[in-house]
Amino acid sequence: MSILKSPLSAQEILESTFLENRARILEIAAFLDRIERADDAAEARKDFRYQAVLHAVGCLLAPSGNRTGAILHRLSDPTTEPIPSSAGMKSAVGAWQEVTREDH
Amino acid sequence: MKIIDPHIHMVSRTTDDYQALALAGIHAVTEPAFWAGFDRGTAEGFRDYFNQLTVAEPGRAAKFGIRHYCWICLNPKEAEDLALARDVLAVMPEFLDRPTALGVGEIGLNKNSRNEVTVLELQIALAAERDELILVHTPHLEDKLKGTRLIMDAIRNEPRIRPERVIIDHAEEHTIGEIKDRGFWAGLTLYPNSKCSPARAVDILERYGIEMIWLNSAADWGISDPLATVKAANEMRMRRHPEELIRKVFHGNPAAFLGQSPKFHAA
Ligand SMILES: [Zn+2]
Repeated sequence: MSILKSPLSAQEILESTFLENRARILEIAAFLDRIERADDAAEARKDFRYQAVLHAVGCLLAPSGNRTGAILHRLSDPTTEPIPSSAGMKSAVGAWQEVTREDH
Repeated sequence: MKIIDPHIHMVSRTTDDYQALALAGIHAVTEPAFWAGFDRGTAEGFRDYFNQLTVAEPGRAAKFGIRHYCWICLNPKEAEDLALARDVLAVMPEFLDRPTALGVGEIGLNKNSRNEVTVLELQIALAAERDELILVHTPHLEDKLKGTRLIMDAIRNEPRIRPERVIIDHAEEHTIGEIKDRGFWAGLTLYPNSKCSPARAVDILERYGIEMIWLNSAADWGISDPLATVKAANEMRMRRHPEELIRKVFHGNPAAFLGQSPKFHAA
């Protein structure tokens, strides 16, 4: 597969996008803090979406060049058979429930 | 620079947007048939929509010097009702014959249900019979990986369809490799929140190369950006990728895929 090398050096990537990514990570921290302040925080911590976020944060620490793919894989429905019906279901939620429940 | 946006839902956009596209150098667009945000009740509702796609929108676009092409299908979000699906499939050939209809799309899956697969297979068969190009919608979020695989299996089960005449759209980091491995074209959709950012899309180009890939805005009635392709082109420029490469990604590639239909002429 013909890859296309980025002309940017790692140092240039840091120079140009460190600040916006610093802001993004603070947004995630603030999102988790906001949940902690709510009365039903204990309930939310068990929610598969909350668990999915924690798992994704863990993926960031892995020494890998494919964190994005790894996170998307872990958020995906791992089953292979079509579901019986989609009546009344239009949209997706962004994380697959059983997977994250089994894992935590 | 001239750009082709090969996936944009202009029926949902204002005339201001046509003007913005024209000013930004987007002089050709293709519009797949999709879900209107509510379920249509009858095949007649689809007939009206297909008329809008093949008559009204090319007229709106032409006022700004933009060539508007479309794709005809029953989208996967309305594919659970098999009786309605059969009625809609019966009216599709009349519209596929129209001079700006490039093929069948955006077909695919939404929640990966059995009926959705059935309707997908019927439309793949119709495309095979008529030798139409296919534009595929893959499901969103947690349903994408499974859905992309089910769709590619369904297409491979139809031996009359050559993968290079199919684009699998809304690819992301976890699906692009398999799409390319199977010989299909891949589409990257620049859509706020639920799909790729311009930076991630360019990352994907850097990792997988620029062959058989197009980028699109998929701008529609949701929170979306009809100038997303221009922003992604600029992201490539800011990373110092050469102009000729940028031109290939945003004009040469879509023109090459779409040009497999004799009806398409790049602006
Ligand atoms: Zn679309």
